[in-house]
Amino acid sequence: MSLVNYATREITCKIVYYGPGRSGKTTNLHHIYGQVPEDRKGKMVSLATQTDRTLFFDFLPLDLGTISGFTTKFQLYTVPGQVYYQSTRKLVLQGADGVVFVADSQRRQLDENIESFQDLHANLADQGVDARAVPLVIQYNKQDLPRDLIMSTEELRDAINFRGVPDFSADALHGPGVFETLRGISELVLKRLSSPSRAAR
Amino acid sequence: MPLDSRTRFEHYEVGPANFEAVSAARAVAESPGRGASPLTLCGATGVGKTHLLQAIGNAMVQRQPALRVEFLTADQFAKQLHEAVAGSDIDEFIRHWGRVEVLLMDDIQLLAGHRETQLELLRQIEVMQSMQRPVVLASDRPPSEIAGLEPALGERLAAGKIALIGPPEYETRVAILNARCRERGAQLAPGVVEEIARIETGNVRELQGLLYRILDFQASGDEPVRAEDVLALLDDVPEARAAAGDQAPAPATATLDFQSFLTDIASAVTAHVEGWKSRVAEAAAGWQSAGYRTQALERLLDEPAPPPNYEALLRGFGATVRKLKELESEAVEADPSLSGHDVFRDPERMREAEALVQRARAAAVDLPGPSVEFSRAGFEVGKSNQLAVRAVDAVASEPGKRYNPLIIIGPPGTGKTHLLNALGHELINASGGAAVVAFVTGQQFADEFIAALRDGTVTQWRRRYRRVDALLMDDLQQVAGKERTQDEVFELFRDLLGAGKQLAITAAQSPQDMTGLDDRLRARFEGGLVVELAAPDVSMREQLYRRFLDGVPGAQLEPLARYLASRPADGVPDIIATIHRLSATADRMGVALSVEVARREFEEPEPAPARAPTPVGAAPAVRAASDVFFLDDEKIVWELRDVASRVIEELG
Repeated sequence: MSLVNYATREITCKIVYYGPGRSGKTTNLHHIYGQVPEDRKGKMVSLATQTDRTLFFDFLPLDLGTISGFTTKFQLYTVPGQVYYQSTRKLVLQGADGVVFVADSQRRQLDENIESFQDLHANLADQGVDARAVPLVIQYNKQDLPRDLIMSTEELRDAINFRGVPDFSADALHGPGVFETLRGISELVLKRLSSPSRAAR
Repeated sequence: MPLDSRTRFEHYEVGPANFEAVSAARAVAESPGRGASPLTLCGATGVGKTHLLQAIGNAMVQRQPALRVEFLTADQFAKQLHEAVAGSDIDEFIRHWGRVEVLLMDDIQLLAGHRETQLELLRQIEVMQSMQRPVVLASDRPPSEIAGLEPALGERLAAGKIALIGPPEYETRVAILNARCRERGAQLAPGVVEEIARIETGNVRELQGLLYRILDFQASGDEPVRAEDVLALLDDVPEARAAAGDQAPAPATATLDFQSFLTDIASAVTAHVEGWKSRVAEAAAGWQSAGYRTQALERLLDEPAPPPNYEALLRGFGATVRKLKELESEAVEADPSLSGHDVFRDPERMREAEALVQRARAAAVDLPGPSVEFSRAGFEVGKSNQLAVRAVDAVASEPGKRYNPLIIIGPPGTGKTHLLNALGHELINASGGAAVVAFVTGQQFADEFIAALRDGTVTQWRRRYRRVDALLMDDLQQVAGKERTQDEVFELFRDLLGAGKQLAITAAQSPQDMTGLDDRLRARFEGGLVVELAAPDVSMREQLYRRFLDGVPGAQLEPLARYLASRPADGVPDIIATIHRLSATADRMGVALSVEVARREFEEPEPAPARAPTPVGAAPAVRAASDVFFLDDEKIVWELRDVASRVIEELG
């Protein structure tokens, strides 16, 4: 997928929200969807099970309008967190320009976070992508929960963010941190516009 | 003019009406040399252009305190220039401006009509661009709307980025008012700010003025101003009265997060999109929208790094397109149907375009006409050709009305080509030079048709012949056997006859007897007159010999002409050949050309070494009409089968 097409003057970013089941990936997209003016959002496609957990994936197209003469479109995806949807995760991850890893801040979810983070790296490696080269940010979600239930951002940073990528604490249900995260990953992705190898016509 | 250090991006409220301008300004401030240059901010008074100019300067100075930033208005620049010129300090002026690293110029619309100042500004912009130093200008209108702007300066500004700033919309007005309240530490009752923001003023300074009036009201009274009092207090403001009649809009808090996200993304995109590729793509998109093919520019976009000469390539592409436009106008002048032809939209087909123009011009201008060598006065008339000559004269006096088509047949050398050309001149002269008369041989017509087929210009070629007033086709037999050419001849004859235009053709034999001629075309001639030029009779031969011997020095004119006329001759070429032969003999003998020389040449028992006897042409099969016929002025309808019965005159 080309990130920037100079000939048609389009910029298209595919951003994938990755993370363990019930960490809040779809909630991130719902919040964004709710904030975007009607004329700038496409139809959000969300296939969910009866228990509201993502069965397949969510897809939210965002039209950011014309920026510096470029029609700028973002495509936000989530992957199903549950371990048994491995093939779907691989499929959605293909061609991603950037990844948001949504970690569940609950202390008891630490292992799932670590396992999912490793799963992300393994899937990228399977696709022949150097995980270190893919723009990545981490969001520590559910920071609104009682202190005794969650790990602090410092603790989570120590446990998960061994690569030292940009990270954000968030309460996706109510909004804080959601756009900061999206802005963080977007800026990382857009920095790659300067790289000739990524710029297509 | 010093920068106001308090005027920063952080104090500038961003909304849809200005976010592109803010993004471009931030890009310049954050990535000097990579952002658009020159950047021209355009917007009405009070929308924040000066604020953005200063914010750029402050942001850059904050990072590089030693940076030489020049912030001034255009009229200050003009004043500096005038003072430098008046005080003979121009060198100092140039030195000063050569040191400037960032140029921020406000109100460039003030330069309207100041040609010298504009050219100096253009020079300064070019100098700074060459050193990748940022130039940001502001104007209350787009450069294209500034009257008296030098085209070169206008083009330079257009080649950079022109960012429009619109009046702030409701949400931005709320944000601006809240920001001013915070700066002043003022507290207003809920809804007051929103009520002020409902007043649709496009000028931020006026908006702030309204806020300050409300704050003054509040300061002078005991009670805080209530939201419902706002519009009444500002009743003297027309926009406030207008707002009083409106419903209050719903607060738009829901989009604020997204809006700031959007602004940040816009900055990131502007900062990171590769400038050179943007310029190339922008140029390509511009030319594409104008209908031009831009493969050359698209190939540039494949380059991983900016080619060192890409600016020159862009200029070259523009020059090529301009050349194509010129060629198209030339072509259209020659042939309107060429307007919008593909070749004029593809800079890679320049040669084809040039060739097409050449062909179009040739086709338009060089319609072959009668040769000036052959005049009616120079055509000897005698019994053997007087019928044909009378027919030609009749046609010349009433083209298209009498014998149409006129078909002149006869063996080679009898003067068909001469007479046809003479007819052409007569037609042109009779019209006072206005008539368009085409003279073309059958072979030439066929060749042109084949060339038009090859070039895809058949339509133009056909149109070319259809604008003639008379068509004279020599040697019709040359189209025999050429089926498609005959189709063209048929269609052309039909169209011209239908339009009352005169046709005249020559042929070696009657169309009826010509092999390889399509029946349809053959039938086209049946309504016309066939006249024959026979081989010259004795009196004609004598006339001709007399005429051509007149040019031979010392020749014995009368007896020799009579003597030679008694001998057979096929036509003028034969007569001229005889005179040349006798002249050569006389020269060898060292005597003047005389009957004796001729007798010796022709009557000596020893046969002439080089010349075979002149073959006598077959007796003409057709004798078309008689003097009486013409004198009766009867319209002749040629029926081929009865032609033999029309033979009235036998030649000697």
